[in-house]
Amino acid sequence: MVYDRPQLEERYLNYIGGEFVEPVNGQYFDNPSPIDGKDFTQIPRSTQEDVDNAVAAAQKAFDETWRHTSVTDRANMLNRIADITEANLEHLALVDTIDNGKPIRETLAADLPLVVDHFRYFAGVIRAQEGGISELDEDTVSINLHEPLGVVGQIIPWNFPLLMAAWKLAPALAAGNCVVIKPAEQTPVSIMEWLELVQDEIPAGVVNVVHGFGPEAGKPLAQHEGIKKIAFTGETTTGRLIMQYASENLIPMTLELGGKSPNVFFESVMDADDDFFDKCLEGAAMFALNQGEVCTCPSRILVQESIADAFLERLTARVNAIKVGNPLDDSTMVGAQASNDQYEKIQKYLKIGKEEGAEVLAGGDVARNAEPQMSVAEGGGTATATGTATGVGGDGAASGDGAGSIPEGGYYIQPTVFKGDNDMRVFQEEIFGPVVSVTTFKDEEEAIRISNETLYGLGAGVWTRDAHQLYRVPRAIEAGRVWVNCYHLYPAHAAFGGYKKSGIGRENHKMMLSHYQQTKNMLVSYSKKALGFF
Amino acid sequence: MPTKRVLVSDEAKEVIDQLREQHGPLMFHQSGGCCDGSSPMCYPDGDFKLGRSDVKIGEIHGVPFYIERQQFEYWKHTQLTVDVKPGRGSSFSLEIPMGVRFIVDSRIYTEEEEADLDPVERVDA
Repeated sequence: MVYDRPQLEERYLNYIGGEFVEPVNGQYFDNPSPIDGKDFTQIPRSTQEDVDNAVAAAQKAFDETWRHTSVTDRANMLNRIADITEANLEHLALVDTIDNGKPIRETLAADLPLVVDHFRYFAGVIRAQEGGISELDEDTVSINLHEPLGVVGQIIPWNFPLLMAAWKLAPALAAGNCVVIKPAEQTPVSIMEWLELVQDEIPAGVVNVVHGFGPEAGKPLAQHEGIKKIAFTGETTTGRLIMQYASENLIPMTLELGGKSPNVFFESVMDADDDFFDKCLEGAAMFALNQGEVCTCPSRILVQESIADAFLERLTARVNAIKVGNPLDDSTMVGAQASNDQYEKIQKYLKIGKEEGAEVLAGGDVARNAEPQMSVAEGGGTATATGTATGVGGDGAASGDGAGSIPEGGYYIQPTVFKGDNDMRVFQEEIFGPVVSVTTFKDEEEAIRISNETLYGLGAGVWTRDAHQLYRVPRAIEAGRVWVNCYHLYPAHAAFGGYKKSGIGRENHKMMLSHYQQTKNMLVSYSKKALGFF
Repeated sequence: MPTKRVLVSDEAKEVIDQLREQHGPLMFHQSGGCCDGSSPMCYPDGDFKLGRSDVKIGEIHGVPFYIERQQFEYWKHTQLTVDVKPGRGSSFSLEIPMGVRFIVDSRIYTEEEEADLDPVERVDA
C-alpha cells in the first residue's frame, strides 16, 4: 500500500511566545522532499533578532509562570502531549517520511511510538524524582533540591526529526525549563505540524521554535547570553564549536556526535539455524535502518573467522532482499537519503571504499529502477546484483507495476556490504548511508581490539550464545551503549550517549534530568548558639 | 615538487571567493562523526578555536585547511579535493545559506606521490 501525501502548509513560521510568527527579516527558504527532490514548502530563514525574541519569550515564561508550576502540572502536560501525538500518529509519521525520506513503516512503528513513549516516561520519572535530606549532626540538616536551569537551547539533527526533538524536549520540560529549539534545516516540518496539534497544552513561551541555517540562526542560539545550557547532536567540528560557545557563557552543554559502531558476531551464533540466528542476521542488516542515517549505525561488522564465509553468504542474501523504494510504500525497507549532499557524500565513500581495495559483497551503487529492456548479454553479475538490491527480486511482488518502485529525482542508495580491513576509511568514518564494512577476527581478544580501534564510542553490538562472552565483551568495548543479542532498540528507560569522541553527557533515562537541573543545597542550622569565631 | 594533500575544484573556488567577499579571511576544518560529519566546515578565519590536537595539511585557494591529528591518521594516505554540491547540510558552515555544501572527494596516493608529500604542520595554539 502506498500512502497519500497529506495536505501541508505552503509556508511555515517560527513559533515564539505561543504565536506563529514571521521571521523578522521576512525571508524564507525552499524545503524539498528527498523522496523526489521537489520543493514542497517554505521555511523561515531566521537570524539573530528572531533568536533574541525567542530567548526573551522563553525567559518571560520561565520567570512568570513555568518555574512555579508543580511537577504534577508538568507531568500532566507531558501526558496530554503524548496522548495527542498518539491520536495523530499516522499524520505525523507521514510528515517525517515526506520531509526526511525515511520509510513509512519505520516512522509508524518506531519514530512516532517512541516519541509518545518518551513524553510518558519523563512525565512518570519527574513525579517519582526525590531530592535528598541528611542530618549532618543533631542541629544541622542538609537538603538537596532540584531546580530547573532556566532557558535552554537545543539544536536538533535531521535523522529522526520529531524523535530527536522529543529526546531533548521531554526531559527539559519535565525538569521545568523553557526551551528554544532550532530544528535541522533539512527536516523542519514535523515539529511545526506537531505544534499545531499540541500548542493549546503548552503555556506561551515554554517551547519556542526558530528555523533557519546553522551560521545564521544556530550560532546566535548557541552563543546567546540568555541560555543556561546548550544541547547539540551532530558532528565533531560543530561539537567543538558548541563547546567553544558554551565556554564564552560558562554554561554546560551536552553533545552527541556519532560513531562508527562495531557489531560483533561470535562463532556460536551459527551453532544452530534457528530463530536466534535469524535474529542475528537481521541484527547484522540493521546497518540499513533509516538508510544508515543513525548515529549508532552498526556500520562495522566483525565476524569470527571460523564462520565468516557461511555467515557472509547468509548475510548477503538477507541484504539483497532489502527493498529500496518509495518511502510512502509500506513495503519499502530503505527509503531516500535525507538530502542531495548526503547522497553525493555517500557516493564518494562507495568510490573510496572500492579504491582502497574493499570487496563489494552487495550493492555498491546508487539505486535506480532496473532498465526494462536490459539485454541478456549485459545482464551479468552486476546487473543481477542491482536488480536484487533494489528489491525487484525475491518473490517478485514488488516488480508488478512496470513504472518501477523508486521515485525519480530522489536520493536512493543500494544497501552495500564492503569486506576489507579496519584501517580503511570506510571502516573509520561515519558514512551515514546504508553501507556496512565487514572484517573478521580470530578470537575474543582480537574482536575487542578491533572494536576499540576507532575514534568514537557511541554504540556496539555483541552477538553470542556464550554466557561468559555476553558479559565480558560488552564490558571491554569502549562505547556508551552496547546492545547484547539485539540492536537498534531505544527505550526511554535506557541511558544513551558516547565514550571517546562520540560526545559528552547522556540522553534518555531518568539520569537525563540531571543535565537539565541545578542542585539547590539548603544547609539549615537548628542550633541557637553562635559558632564562636567573632 | 611535493604532492599537495588538499586540492580544490573550480566550482568550490567560486564559492570560496563569494564567501571571502562577504566574511573576509576564511578557514576550513574537516569534521568527523555523525550527520554532516566527514564534511569540511568553512568558517571566518579564527572563528573556530584551533588546538594542539589539530594539524594544517594545506591551503586551498588561499584558505588554510585543518583536521584533527588523530582523524588525519586514518585519512593521510588519501588526497582530498574540496568540491561543492547543491544541498543543505546542517552545521555552522558558511556556504549553507547559499544552498550548496562543500564535500570532500578522496583518492589514494600512488607510491611515488606518497614518497614526496606536502609537509603536515602542527598547530601551535
